[in-house]
Amino acid sequence: MASGIRDKVAIVGMGCSRFGERWDCSADDLMVEAFTEAVADAGIERDRIEAAWLGVFYQDQSVARSGLPLSFALRLPNVPVTRVENLCATGTEALRGAVYAVAAGAVDIALAFGAEKLKDTGFAGLPERTKGTFEDLWQPGFTPPGAFAQLGAAYAARHGHSMADLKRAMAHVSWKSHENAVASPKAHLRNRITIEQALAAPMVAYPLGLFDCCGVSDGAACAIVTTPAIAASLGKRDMVTVKALALAGSNGVEMGHASWDGSHTLTSRIAAERAFREAGITRPAEQVNLMEVHDCFSITELVLMEDLGFSQPGRAVHDILDGRYDRTGAIPCQTDGGLKCFGHPVGASGLRMAYEIYTQLLGRAGERQLATPSIGLTHNLGGIPNRNVASVSVLGLHRG
Amino acid sequence: MQGTGIRSFGAYLPRLRLERAAIVEAMGWAAGLRAGKPQGARSYCAWDEDALTMAVEAARDCLAGQDRSGVAALVFASTTHPFADRCNAGVVAEALDLAQRLRTTDGAGHQRAGVAALLDALRNARSDGQPTLVVAADRRVAKAGSEQESRFGHGAAAALVGAGPDLAAEYVAEASLRADFVDHFRDAEAEYDYAYEERWIRDEGYLALMPRAIKAALGSIDARDVKHLLVQGPQRFAAAVAKAAGIRAEAVPADLHAECGDTGVAHPLLLLGAALEQAQDGDLIVLAGFGQGCDVVVLRATGRAPSAGRGTSGSLAAGVANRDYVRFLANCGLVDVDWGMRAERDNRTAQPAAWRRHRDLTAFFGGKCRACGTVQFPLARACVNPQCRAFDTQDPVQLAEKHGRVKTFTEDWLAVTRSPPHVYGNVELEGGGNVFIEFTDVRPGEASVGLAVRFVFRIKDFDGVRGFRRYFWKATPVRS
Repeated sequence: MASGIRDKVAIVGMGCSRFGERWDCSADDLMVEAFTEAVADAGIERDRIEAAWLGVFYQDQSVARSGLPLSFALRLPNVPVTRVENLCATGTEALRGAVYAVAAGAVDIALAFGAEKLKDTGFAGLPERTKGTFEDLWQPGFTPPGAFAQLGAAYAARHGHSMADLKRAMAHVSWKSHENAVASPKAHLRNRITIEQALAAPMVAYPLGLFDCCGVSDGAACAIVTTPAIAASLGKRDMVTVKALALAGSNGVEMGHASWDGSHTLTSRIAAERAFREAGITRPAEQVNLMEVHDCFSITELVLMEDLGFSQPGRAVHDILDGRYDRTGAIPCQTDGGLKCFGHPVGASGLRMAYEIYTQLLGRAGERQLATPSIGLTHNLGGIPNRNVASVSVLGLHRG
Repeated sequence: MQGTGIRSFGAYLPRLRLERAAIVEAMGWAAGLRAGKPQGARSYCAWDEDALTMAVEAARDCLAGQDRSGVAALVFASTTHPFADRCNAGVVAEALDLAQRLRTTDGAGHQRAGVAALLDALRNARSDGQPTLVVAADRRVAKAGSEQESRFGHGAAAALVGAGPDLAAEYVAEASLRADFVDHFRDAEAEYDYAYEERWIRDEGYLALMPRAIKAALGSIDARDVKHLLVQGPQRFAAAVAKAAGIRAEAVPADLHAECGDTGVAHPLLLLGAALEQAQDGDLIVLAGFGQGCDVVVLRATGRAPSAGRGTSGSLAAGVANRDYVRFLANCGLVDVDWGMRAERDNRTAQPAAWRRHRDLTAFFGGKCRACGTVQFPLARACVNPQCRAFDTQDPVQLAEKHGRVKTFTEDWLAVTRSPPHVYGNVELEGGGNVFIEFTDVRPGEASVGLAVRFVFRIKDFDGVRGFRRYFWKATPVRS
């Protein structure tokens, strides 16, 4: 029986660039910005990094293929750099690679990186891409909002909510993230909005209006990981360790089998169960102090509250409206603004989420700092509700 | 003894019908006298329809309740085949999943092509008794403000010709007459017809040629016994031909100008469908095609219903009138609409992949697992049922004729489509099977979870760079 990853690896340094429309920056600039912060935080020399993983999703429009863009940008000393891609879970996948390498004892110090330069396409929204030679011949020509919007009508029908009630809860999700982003200096969208503004916004894909959709941003984030022993030798006292890194991939059931009703994300449920088991968490709603989930769209965050086990089936609408996931609520969600307002440079997002958890656990979150969090969760949903990769990671604080 | 004739009939008209008043309103300033008096509406294709997709729908209508496996030949007549060099009939046959030994032919080049194909099919049936599916469809595009723009309609009709005891109409006689009379023409490289004066066409074309051919076909039959005279062209031409041929004026039916317009190669067959729906047992029908001569077919109705599907009357009734002239122009490709940067996506088709899965894509086949019975799309090496997942247990099963129920949907205003919003979602099929699929002919606000849908064959994507188009099936609401 595998023993899992719990507490075998510590994060000793993290960095995150400012997210946003970084018209004047190349991917190199963003990578250097994030890396400079991370090595200073870790207190190590660049050359102590023995291996690196680079997560990039939109290779043809953004950072280009292979691990070399990172190797070039940071002038790494010819260490192995592996490029990974797993849809919107790409950043988390890079972290997984680095953490597993350290846990395996293959290297002492590894670097996990995620970067994306989306605003070089010259148009709004995410770039178009092929779905595969056969899939292009029959799958709908969907957009991300259109694919995720499908959850809305199905969720409302499944639980008997009126679309008006559901829309109000979705508006609250976005309103909350905008509120949080005001106190999040590196976030892309730092303006307040009103519930009414969100409800009155132009329709993008029914039932998602403009404010139900996250930002499309440039950005980079990274983590330097090592063993707890080496972390201690570097003088780290309060230490953030990896409690769990779980991943679940669709196998076609959602798109091709009657057992999926379209109102939830199957893989998130499976990944959450695995992650809680690995982390030794038995009562998630009581033990998890904060979370950064994949709020690419407000409806996604809403159904995830149920998929991750924090709300009872059909109750997320009420819990959200009751403020349970606000910064002042029982389990704050997206304290940095989330994908919605911090932005979503796809390959960087998983590591950006980890960066916020890390920052909060170490008490460095400034005016958005939570009281005394000790366990945080990140979640990515890569792909679309009927074909996706879900990741759930748990990070914990060990006070020295 | 078994006769030969028409076993069944099918029709299809696009749902979109443009009120001619909207044409005059928009183009009257330019058309002047040519605008004429606006009457009724004309049918036109949605952005994802062409002569080929209409042909498939008419053929499906015709084959409702018929044995598809016995069809020996398919002829697809049109002057607007989407492909100049690729057997269009072959695509229709593939969509219908007809037998592999099938003979496929495109009939093209003139307005008489539909009647000519019917005549040939009847001849073949008389010689070998083998059933032929004749499909005629046209999507003619005319210049803005032209007489043709108002007169034309888009549509399709199909007839299953063969031998048998339960025919809807029996073959009686035929005649042909060739004459290189140029009433109009379209150069092989041209987009539009060039037409000459109507009065000359009537006098020197129709009246000089058609009565001769009709008389030749009728032989000893008394022209006054003809109950239905179906002539390609305007009703006033038909009336003049009836008079000249000694056929009673009541035998000339409405030409469907008000309902859908002149659907070109399909039109005589569309009229035939309407006549068969009303004909009594024993009624004599004269069908006369016109185009560089005449083909005349004489049939005798049996009184049997020609269609188990919607037929001509059902197709006429399924239209929705609108006054959206600019959308009509856009659908006809006459307005260069900016679809945004997303529309620049390269839709190059991976032909080897398309060929490997051609039956799944064109005839909409999925797989049915022998181990657990789960129907699925696409057919795969391993069963999708999470309780099964067996390898290599799936038999092909056709999904095209199944109905379904909407599980999820959206109306996407961001996605590229030539008819925003782009509606798509997950559909669960009756008898099993789930598919993520585009919807078509659906109005904003019409889709809902639980909505009953059926499937239609449509254009999936255009590849503008290479001039290719690819087809797939789409969900559309079941409308009673």
